[in-house]
Amino acid sequence: MGILNSSIGRKFAMALSALFLMVFLLQHFAINILSVFSADAFNTASHFMGTFWAVQYLLQPILIFGVIFHFVMGFVLEIKNSRARKISYAKNNGGANSTWMSRNMIWSGAAILAFIILHFIDFWIPEINTKYILGDMSGMHNGELRYFHELVEKFHSPIRVTAYVVAFVFLALHLLHGFSSAFQSVGANNKYTEGLKKFAKVYAIGIPLGFIFIALFHHFTGH
Amino acid sequence: MALDSKIPQGPLADKWTNHKNKIDLVNPANKRLIDVIVVGTGLAGGSAAATLAELGYNVKAFCFQDSPRRAHSIAAQGGINAAKNYQGDGDSTYRLFYDTVKGGDYRSREANVYRLAEVSANIIDQCVAQGVPFAREYGGLLDNRSFGGVLVSRTFYAAGQTGQQLLLGAYSAMNRQIGRGKIKMYNRHEMLDVVIVDGKARGIIARNLVTGEIERHSAHAVVLGTGGYGNVFFLSTNAMGSNVTAAWKAHKRGAYFANPCYTQIHPTCIPVSGDHQSKLTLMSESLRNDGRIWVPKNLDDVIAIREGRKKPTDLSEEERDYYLERRYPAFGNLVPRDVASRAAKERADAGYGVNATGEAVYLDFAAAIERYGKEQAIVKGLDTNDKALVQKLGKEVVKTKYGNLFQMYEKIVDQNPYETPMMIYPAVHYTMGGIWVDYNLMTTIPGLYAIGEANFSDHGANRLGASALMQGLADGYFVLPYTIGDYLADDIRTGPISTDTKEFEDAEKHVRDSIDKLINNNGTKSVDYFHKRLGKIMWNECGMARNEEGLKQAIEDIRTLREEFWNDVRVPGTANELNEELAKAGRVADFLELGELFAKDALQREESAGGHFREEYQTPEGEAKRRKEFQYVSAWEYKGEPKDAVLHKEELAYENIEVKERSYK
Amino acid sequence: MNLTLKIWRQKDANDNGKMVDYPISNVSPDMSFLEMLDVLNTQLIESGDEPVAFDHDCREGICGMCSLYINGEAHGPDRGVTTCQLHMRKFKDGDTIYIEPWRATAFPVIKDLVVDRSAFDRIQHAGGFISVNTSGNTIDANAIPVNKHDADDAFSAATCIGCGACVASCKNSSAMLFVGAKVSQFALLPQGQVEAADRVMNMVKQMDEEGFGNCTNTGACEVECPKGISLENIARMNREYLSASLKG
Repeated sequence: MGILNSSIGRKFAMALSALFLMVFLLQHFAINILSVFSADAFNTASHFMGTFWAVQYLLQPILIFGVIFHFVMGFVLEIKNSRARKISYAKNNGGANSTWMSRNMIWSGAAILAFIILHFIDFWIPEINTKYILGDMSGMHNGELRYFHELVEKFHSPIRVTAYVVAFVFLALHLLHGFSSAFQSVGANNKYTEGLKKFAKVYAIGIPLGFIFIALFHHFTGH
Repeated sequence: MALDSKIPQGPLADKWTNHKNKIDLVNPANKRLIDVIVVGTGLAGGSAAATLAELGYNVKAFCFQDSPRRAHSIAAQGGINAAKNYQGDGDSTYRLFYDTVKGGDYRSREANVYRLAEVSANIIDQCVAQGVPFAREYGGLLDNRSFGGVLVSRTFYAAGQTGQQLLLGAYSAMNRQIGRGKIKMYNRHEMLDVVIVDGKARGIIARNLVTGEIERHSAHAVVLGTGGYGNVFFLSTNAMGSNVTAAWKAHKRGAYFANPCYTQIHPTCIPVSGDHQSKLTLMSESLRNDGRIWVPKNLDDVIAIREGRKKPTDLSEEERDYYLERRYPAFGNLVPRDVASRAAKERADAGYGVNATGEAVYLDFAAAIERYGKEQAIVKGLDTNDKALVQKLGKEVVKTKYGNLFQMYEKIVDQNPYETPMMIYPAVHYTMGGIWVDYNLMTTIPGLYAIGEANFSDHGANRLGASALMQGLADGYFVLPYTIGDYLADDIRTGPISTDTKEFEDAEKHVRDSIDKLINNNGTKSVDYFHKRLGKIMWNECGMARNEEGLKQAIEDIRTLREEFWNDVRVPGTANELNEELAKAGRVADFLELGELFAKDALQREESAGGHFREEYQTPEGEAKRRKEFQYVSAWEYKGEPKDAVLHKEELAYENIEVKERSYK
Repeated sequence: MNLTLKIWRQKDANDNGKMVDYPISNVSPDMSFLEMLDVLNTQLIESGDEPVAFDHDCREGICGMCSLYINGEAHGPDRGVTTCQLHMRKFKDGDTIYIEPWRATAFPVIKDLVVDRSAFDRIQHAGGFISVNTSGNTIDANAIPVNKHDADDAFSAATCIGCGACVASCKNSSAMLFVGAKVSQFALLPQGQVEAADRVMNMVKQMDEEGFGNCTNTGACEVECPKGISLENIARMNREYLSASLKG
């Protein structure tokens, strides 16, 4: 991958992985929001995603690669960029020319990484354990599909819910810059850019807000 | 030494072609064996360096800035003339030639000016091929504007940044050659002497402005494209670093200096705001197309305005003196630069200047705003009696025409020129004088060439608008690269020039001695202190109007100031570091010599012509009076002190153009 | 006005350097920022101190020589101006003003506030040109019509003065606005198409070798650029680069 040796190539790869992750996020949200309306629908969708071969053996590895790539590249770029200015300014007024979000992607990104680790511990590792270590591909628990029940269980703890809410605030901050930034990086800056920026705001605030809503909904209605 | 201008024989229109056909060429294999030094990287130096390198010569280019792209050509606003006749309005090489000679008040060399007009069209082709983004019309073809009161539209432009775009074009051509290794670029280097070996220019001594190191550089020929010397006035529209040093050192080594007194003073600059002022900002002459120039009729009003008790807008039409319209009913506010400048000075001298320093007149757009507003109201079918609407529409029109200039004015002066008249005053802008060169652009030192504003050749006593860019690029792209070959053809067997010779050693020692003298002087006053005083003398006695008594006084004063400078200047720091004060001190030392020669030349020239106005030589109406007996170029030979300079005359013959009186009434 | 200046002083490239305080009084609001520094320097010289070194030349906002990071912003708090066009009326009596050099590994400090921006030149040596020799017979300037919008966009990109404010303002010290403007100017014109792919590849390669950071699209460069060079130029460079990479 010679292109990754150039600054623009790395930018481009960062943007592509971001666009992929944003599509994934949308899909994840679409399934989760079902849990608010119908436990059955949520269970069916989750079971399909959790057992369909193409999702499990094709999309899941790509997703994992995408996540790891985006994070690793993010940190690599951060280190490279900090080397580009070894002596910092005694006084720097970054707020005069750029948003907080754009200047702190590494911190919002790190917060999201911490959340993903928690999320893996909460859901993904038990899933892998159940399905591939214990070999139980049925998705059943006590005679019904277990996914909805597991979801509600997790949102019982106020500490965990708080952590989720904070993490999604960081995700919103990350997306507020990241969404339109990804388009700029792949070279899309034209007459549609203004519209795209508006859509980016809706997406960046709407999707995390939706996730927060789901968490709070189950926290307050689950028991 | 008698001056030989080497003008080729034959009819005017064939001279350049015939000359190119006859002169010697250097074959491509031999060009590799020849080194050329180019000092200065503005339009002239940059284009020359690139073209010489393309031809195959080994070029060493020098500039004092941190990049060639920063030379002051970059600041030219208006445009570049070329006899393309794209507008079909009857332009031709001859017309451009005619306008330039007439504009120069019949003090330029016919053959040079004709050649300039002849190659002007090639410049536009070349620049477009390089990717210079000139303004275009909707059909995709190049746009032109009219400029400087000529009768055709022949000015190509790129918004108000034509100089920038052309310089970046020349710089890009240089970049290509630097990348190929054909130009070796020396940024932040200042030339401090020319080295003459066996009567020929064979190199330079330069100071590395970062390390302070004194370096020897040899070559088979040396080209100076080092610009003009307007900064002898301290305040001018030139860049802070623009200087005469390279040209002056060449002069001291034997290059004659021609017509130093011809200075162009531009009428529409932003006035001086106080003693802290470091430079003056020009605003495009195009403002005079719509602005009306005035001062109050009554001195009481002047004082009230200066004290802030009255505003200019409080004065009724009857209380205003539109002095250009009064004196020159035919041309009004559009009289040539020198006439407009002198008229402003006349009012200021009489006490009518409208700012605190007493050196400003109004340039008023109220009438234009109203006129355009009414026009627009009629076009749009709106009520022409609605004053607010007319104002609004008029301001919109003025904004589209001059928006960037109005914004610049507001940033500097902090007044809104849409609401209150602008204040303007003339400022030194361009120097037509410079190193004397023959038709081949060679100075009186064999192997030393001068191009662009640094030479004297093409503009006579006064330069037309949009012609400086044309001359710089004509010299650099299309003239020098040919004519220098004629000289270098004899050098194909010379081999590399050693810098390990007595001549280089002597020149280096000379440079080191003068630097040591400045550094160890331990005076009490900064360099600027002397430069500002020199500027005041020059502005008062050698500025827009000169007279015998004042010039004699100036010569005395400059001589005294020069002595004072050498006794009392303080240059902090050392010679072995980045030391801007040291660089400035060297430049001001040269200005202090040039200034005296300038005054001496102005005193000697007992006539008024173009940028040189002698009060003793004017018509009863106060217009410039040329004298036939001064129809020559004054070329000064250095003999030690400026006062000892010896005058050589190059008589000017006009065979293709009739010498006429100018009249703008 | 009376002010306190906090100025970066550094003897030469090898010195560590530090911020030094200078009180200055009787500053006129009509002065430009650099004229205010001239006054300071005259005072320093006449009291036997070393003046502050800073780059400047045209003092009308076009040569790109002046720099200075003033109170945390490139070319100071005003918009659309270079430091030489910044006037003291933008400050208040009693203000403390921080004055620092451009900070970027690719722009090493030479002395005080003077930095070495030759990295910009080297990027242009790598491809900032159209390969056309000077001759009296290139094709006529009107032989190739250029769409007015493209010509105007090329001009807008070409108004870059190469001052380096983009690099100085960028949290990553990225030079992409500068390089994007250069690439765009030529990419938008038919004359520049022929060698467009080589140009963008070579210029970006040189940019990376100079040690500038990566663009993260914060947009600080566009805001601080004295000439208002648009971020569109970076997007265009990205497109040009990606399509050139695909072509191999």
